[in-house]
Amino acid sequence: MGTESFKMLHFIFKRVLQSLLVLLVTGAIAFSMFTFVGDPVENMLGQERTMEDVERLRSQLGLDKSVPVQYFRFLTEAVQGNFGVSYRQGRQVSVILMERAPATLELAALSALFAVALGIVLGVFTAIRRDGFAANFIMSTSLIGVSLPTFLIGILLIYLFSVTLGWLPSFGRGDVVHIGSWTTGFLTESGLKALILPSITLGLYQMTLIMRLVRSEMLEVLRQDYIRFARARGLSDRVINFRHALKNTMVPVITVIGLQLGAIIAFAIITETVFQWPGLGLLFINAIQFVDIPIMAAYLMMISVMFVVINLFVDILYAFIDPRLRTAAK
Amino acid sequence: MTDQPNAAQSSLPPAAPSQLRRAMDSDLFYAFRRSPVAMVSAMGAALLILSSVLAPFIAPTNPFDPASLNLMNGFTPPMTPNAFTGESFLLGTDDQGRDVFSTILYGMRISLFVGFSAVLFAVVLGIFLGLLAGYFGGWIDSLIMRIADVQLTFPSILVAMLIFGVAKGITPIEHRDQMAIWVLILAIGLSDWVQFARVVRGATLVEKNKDYVSAARLIGRRPSAIMMRHILPNILSPVLVIATISLALAIIAEATLSFLGVGAPPTQPSLGTLIRVGQGYLFSGEWWILFFPACTLLALALSVNMLGDWLRDALNPRLK
Amino acid sequence: MKKTSRILAIAALMSSAAMVNAETLRWARAGDALTLDPHSQNEGPSHTMRHQMYEPLIIRDTDGNFVPTLATDWAPSAENPNIWVFNLRKGVKFHDGADLTAEDVVFSFERAKQPTSDMKELIGSITAVRATGDHTIEIETDGPNPILPSNLTNLFIMDKGWTEANNTTKVQDFEGGEITFATTNVNGTGAYKLVSREPDVKTVMTRNDDYWGRDEFPMEVSEIIYTPIQNAATRVAALLSGEVNFLQDMPVQDLARVDSADGLTVKQAPQNRVIFFGMNQGADDIEADNVDGKNPLADVRVRKAMSMAINRDAIRQVVMRGQSVPAGMIAPPFVNGWTAEMDAESSTDVDGAKALMSEAGYADGFSIRLDCPNDRYINDEAICQAAVGMLGQIGVKVNLDAKPKAQHFPLITDGKTDFYMLGWGVPTYDSEYIFNFLVHGRESDIGTWNGTGFDNDDLDAKIESLASNTDLDARNADIASIWRTIQDEQLYVPIHHQVLNWGMSDGVGIEVDPEDQPRVKYFTMK
Repeated sequence: MGTESFKMLHFIFKRVLQSLLVLLVTGAIAFSMFTFVGDPVENMLGQERTMEDVERLRSQLGLDKSVPVQYFRFLTEAVQGNFGVSYRQGRQVSVILMERAPATLELAALSALFAVALGIVLGVFTAIRRDGFAANFIMSTSLIGVSLPTFLIGILLIYLFSVTLGWLPSFGRGDVVHIGSWTTGFLTESGLKALILPSITLGLYQMTLIMRLVRSEMLEVLRQDYIRFARARGLSDRVINFRHALKNTMVPVITVIGLQLGAIIAFAIITETVFQWPGLGLLFINAIQFVDIPIMAAYLMMISVMFVVINLFVDILYAFIDPRLRTAAK
Repeated sequence: MTDQPNAAQSSLPPAAPSQLRRAMDSDLFYAFRRSPVAMVSAMGAALLILSSVLAPFIAPTNPFDPASLNLMNGFTPPMTPNAFTGESFLLGTDDQGRDVFSTILYGMRISLFVGFSAVLFAVVLGIFLGLLAGYFGGWIDSLIMRIADVQLTFPSILVAMLIFGVAKGITPIEHRDQMAIWVLILAIGLSDWVQFARVVRGATLVEKNKDYVSAARLIGRRPSAIMMRHILPNILSPVLVIATISLALAIIAEATLSFLGVGAPPTQPSLGTLIRVGQGYLFSGEWWILFFPACTLLALALSVNMLGDWLRDALNPRLK
Repeated sequence: MKKTSRILAIAALMSSAAMVNAETLRWARAGDALTLDPHSQNEGPSHTMRHQMYEPLIIRDTDGNFVPTLATDWAPSAENPNIWVFNLRKGVKFHDGADLTAEDVVFSFERAKQPTSDMKELIGSITAVRATGDHTIEIETDGPNPILPSNLTNLFIMDKGWTEANNTTKVQDFEGGEITFATTNVNGTGAYKLVSREPDVKTVMTRNDDYWGRDEFPMEVSEIIYTPIQNAATRVAALLSGEVNFLQDMPVQDLARVDSADGLTVKQAPQNRVIFFGMNQGADDIEADNVDGKNPLADVRVRKAMSMAINRDAIRQVVMRGQSVPAGMIAPPFVNGWTAEMDAESSTDVDGAKALMSEAGYADGFSIRLDCPNDRYINDEAICQAAVGMLGQIGVKVNLDAKPKAQHFPLITDGKTDFYMLGWGVPTYDSEYIFNFLVHGRESDIGTWNGTGFDNDDLDAKIESLASNTDLDARNADIASIWRTIQDEQLYVPIHHQVLNWGMSDGVGIEVDPEDQPRVKYFTMK
């Protein structure tokens, strides 16, 4: 028993170290890219600027230093929680990120909810009515959702629901309520309305994914002996489908949902651009356009940390569930 | 349901079959012929692929030859003579006076080329690294899987944007205009190899402990030979399924990247670039510039996706 | 529980407050102001925001004429040609109630001359600003400066007391990432007061009922809600769906749709900006072509042929939907030195162009790369694409490389492009500004945007002499002769003058400003 938990600790320790290494490498790659996005100085000075202005600004920002030096400086500052100042907005990056995070997190949460709820319901339905017309219809139309690029779906939704029908807003968050440093759109009518189209656009892909996963897992489970046995015992279909079958499909589904959460936040870049949603994705796209290196660096680091942490948790969780993987991973 | 394919096979005459014959008699082909969805989507995909390959022979004009274009033909509606030039086009023209029908055929060529090449790149890289990691284990495995983590750390679109940015910086300035396509392939392929590597590694871990591999090792076969001859054939079907679905995803990814400003150049547009340009004309009434390319992309992605779906079900013994 | 219900009550209140008010201007455009500090960032959208809340001494009307604002009149001093005298408006109050005095103006000029200021280049010739009375100032320059008032139309006046009390006398060091009180707070003399601001999300302003011109201007807008919307389709959708009632940066293809929509109008006016191609003619050989040891662009016949290959009418009709004015010179019509004759000198003649090409020894043409921005000017990428086709017809095979402005402009200023697109606005309304940046040989502080390699010492001397020439007739004659050289040398290939479009609800009444600077005090609301 003692050696077991020691092994476990050893494994976790090793994985955490590796994750840190992963973060360092990701950061280095991201940083070496910034040289190629463009010259931030060009956007920061007007058309009347002189060559001296350019040189002065470049050295002031440390852009005359080599990439490794710039990266090292960024890291030492970042460890102390200082991500520098946005070139575009002239404000602390950490403050800007905190301001923008609620918009993205609320959008991601609602999209995830939409994807999970509808995905499970439709997945179960299409599995139970495997050969029915409705199930086949849902399966086919859901493919349309993943066969068109997200930005086009967003624009089509705007065209239909904002311009033609006039039901829902085409951009922004509507009115938001401030609760401490958090801003929420959940408490006003216009805020809720503004959430609908972006959430659907963002969640559609994940919804399809979860629906298909639930369906195939359900089909799998429904063929298992214990379900056949339950059926033979005369349990009702509903009890079988939901109490036994669905419960057993949940483990892989939850894993996928966990991993997809990160993807939702990353793909918010496109949805936020289309709907002018004032979140982190839009911030990042703006930063690329203006070569706002501090914002780009902080955003990429944040996304990396998020993915690495999720990966780490999933790995450790698996190790607890299946001890064989611990040896296999060595 | 479960036994049908085998039953059908055993009822066939036991004559020595040719390669083609063997393929036609296989379980897979039998299941294929029995599935209308598979037949229709395969035919759709084949038609689209064929027409894009034969684009130079089918297309009435060559939209990639700028000197042949007449700007005054711009924004001609489908099958309506242009107000200035009197020329008429089956699916109308776009903002540069290019025939939309020809542009779609040529654009699909680029989309498919990018899609196929990216997936091929991802498959080759994924299989290679997956085999290495699974077969040798140890630090090689750790290294490869951590590289995979770095890769997974960034969502695919971010990876593609990063690579695009870097490539743009390091390509000599005079080659930049031809660079976009290759960078797209690299970017989409690189963001995609991990799933292949993971599947292959997992399968290799299972296979390598089986008796036949141990036997091959005992008689002194080289690891490369064992991997290629014995392990690889056993993991091809999951790879095939993922590859098909990846192809559809790659074509869509190219369109998305185009929206973010890192797609194929507008002088040699892909389907994605056409849609990106066309979405600007959604409100102005020039619907055909968006509608036809979007429908083509939908048809292409849909047929490949459905084929992939069917393939997964057909190759998954557990679902039979 | 109590807390929740209170939040809900606030929420209900907020949503009712957001109900459509007939006098609310809901205003969207592509980008946001970078900062509110009046002397940081000399940039269009930033100035637009400031113009609602701060005021300069002088502004321009839609025809480019000066309009007295905080100054009522101004003239060069009779005694000293290096001095301008400005009389200030009396009875003007800042938003916090303080009176505007000559002290505030002197203070503002001094502030704008700080090293961190982005306005310092425009007032670089000023050596001293003195208060000569409560409401009179004199400005001394390092030599006679006949066009000084032109440089003051975006120079905003701050309250000395407020600025000092809030410790914000130093101009925000934007590039250094500094935040000061003035970055986010405003105390101007303008017609609107700041209510709240979230950068890149939303800025709210309310009417200043104590404004000095409250009775002089319509000022029918009681509240301004300004929201940047980046994606063009979304921006138009917001206007079509009625979520905004005033829109700048309209895509040209949507003008007809917006104009024909019920309750919406589009207004347009020529913009103070000309679009053109630059060609590297100074180098002996250029990298971006396929001709070895020779530079085809160095031959004026090739440059003329390229200009003749461009069908400006087709670009206007198809790419720009009629929203451009074909150009024959690289000066907008507002500029002193512009003439209708020179602006008509571009003609399209493909056969003539081919003849010129073979005369120059390039009958088979050559290939070259065209660098083009894709997020700066109206339909910039589409114009370049059209030019690729047109140049192809005279055998010039063009490879188009379109990219974001952050990557495009460094190519020009670093001399790394041989064929490029550029647009130029002229805030001073005088040709000297164009010559200084685009024609004068490139040195560290002059000719910085001249990517053509053109360097003519005689011409440079002439350009330099313009700055202090007080004999306006002689100065204009010099300007005309410089333009003649530019035209004969085909220094640039002019394309067109941009046309500005503002979309609005029928109830909103405003004329389009050629510098894209809407001033809400002029708006009427029905």
